[in-house]
Amino acid sequence: MSNETAAPAQAKSGHAPPLRVLLPIIVFAVGLAAWELVVRLNDIQPYVLPGPWLILKTLVTDWSVLWQSLLVTLLTTLEGFICAAVGGIALALLFNQSRLLEYSLFPYAVILQVTPVIAIAPLLLIYLPQQTAVVVCAWIVAFFPVLSNTALGLNSVDRNLAGLFQLYHASPLQTLRYLKLPAALPHILGGLRIAGGLSLIGAVVAEIAAGSAGAGSGLAYRIAESGYRLNIPRMFAALLLLSAAGIVIYALLALVSHLVLRRWHESALGKES
Amino acid sequence: MTEDATRSVSEAGMAGLAVRLRGVTKTYDSGVAALGPLDIEVARGEFVALLGPSGCGKSTALRLIAGLASPTSGTVDVVRQRPETGGTHAIGFVFQEPTLMPWADVAGNVRLPLKLANMPAAEADGRVTDALAQVGLAEFAKSYPRELSGGMKMRVSLARALVTDPDILLMDEPFAALDEITRFRLNNDLLALWRDLRKTVIFVTHSVFESVYLSQRVIVMSARPGRIAAEFRIDAPEPRGEEFRTSADYAGFCRKVSAALAPAYEGQRA
Repeated sequence: MSNETAAPAQAKSGHAPPLRVLLPIIVFAVGLAAWELVVRLNDIQPYVLPGPWLILKTLVTDWSVLWQSLLVTLLTTLEGFICAAVGGIALALLFNQSRLLEYSLFPYAVILQVTPVIAIAPLLLIYLPQQTAVVVCAWIVAFFPVLSNTALGLNSVDRNLAGLFQLYHASPLQTLRYLKLPAALPHILGGLRIAGGLSLIGAVVAEIAAGSAGAGSGLAYRIAESGYRLNIPRMFAALLLLSAAGIVIYALLALVSHLVLRRWHESALGKES
Repeated sequence: MTEDATRSVSEAGMAGLAVRLRGVTKTYDSGVAALGPLDIEVARGEFVALLGPSGCGKSTALRLIAGLASPTSGTVDVVRQRPETGGTHAIGFVFQEPTLMPWADVAGNVRLPLKLANMPAAEADGRVTDALAQVGLAEFAKSYPRELSGGMKMRVSLARALVTDPDILLMDEPFAALDEITRFRLNNDLLALWRDLRKTVIFVTHSVFESVYLSQRVIVMSARPGRIAAEFRIDAPEPRGEEFRTSADYAGFCRKVSAALAPAYEGQRA
């Protein structure tokens, strides 16, 4: 019998050692300094390659435009993410209840996932109003990880626990609420964490596709537009904002995941265990 | 499944009996005959050990009694002394692993059977507290399973089985994964509980020593498909304790039971 109880959790330190924070910052600073130096020494024009200082100045001077665009993109991302989360979890629950439904629909979920969204976006823009098309793109990219992770979680319920629920005549709804959903929660949160970043990518891809059709005001559209006008510093500034938005989204979802799981799940157990 | 394969839970009949298996067999879908035919009668309040080698179907027998699986043929009768209302349940089951929900604290795990029976929270709280006190874990109600040792987790599992005040306690090698000292302590605590509560206990184990120490009757099963190879009545005085474990009587019982168990291991590689 190899059922060891209390398997030791992997010793992952809760506090990042100072080096792990310090080193990337040093690399970042050195990189920026070298960049600035190269631009200045070689007298490279801003429309070829702007230095970091100019990019920062552009970010400040163009803030009102960029901020509006950031809000538009974030709203799209949020809508796509919520649709993906609700849709992915709901579909996984349906699949879990009905094998037939799973067999019928799962291949199409895969097809939707493996077809590059950049190729679908122009088509969607033809058939749907622009704002809807952009959200749908974000949804298409983001929903599959939620679906597949939730499905995996729902199927990885401890068999003895399932037997216990059967013994006490639990209704299907009770089994779902008290057993399957809590057991699947770590997987669901993992799926959502991936989906957050992906919905931003989906939104950006769709905006670029839409932008070339001459409409839109999101951050990605700003990048495309600035490119046509050779306003390279603004391209960089917008890119910086997009990157920052992605990091914030990931950090927020990781934080939520940690807060929800910290009491019991191995992944969230820190120093004290 | 043949026509006469049934499992029934009734309140009438079978005077003095808690569980009766008649001609029970279990064949898996793969065609492997796991069990039987098996005839077992367990009296109300009796402590019976089912002893056999791994894979002999003793756990399967327990699952059939619990209703977690259905027999291929034969009948399984379970008698309950009261109707299953108000959070009582005829059967409590303790699995090989603690089988706790990691996301719920100790009290939440013990409360589960009552919650599934939709018992009001105030009433359930009292029963949970009592059950935890019975296994000596009253002050650990708010702990999470990961914070407990293997033995404590098993106690929580036992408290969860007791919280519905079952007539019959089914235990499937519950202490097999524990270290020896912890197992001895849990053995003693289980005996004390059994003396107090007088539940019918069917205890599956592959340990000769554990079976003799705990039970009034040891049923030795043969290798797959599991049948009864021998039966021993362990008529040692109660209450049993360390002096029984070190007595000549105990050694004698163990020797006899071991001898009966040996053929089940013939032809198996160690």
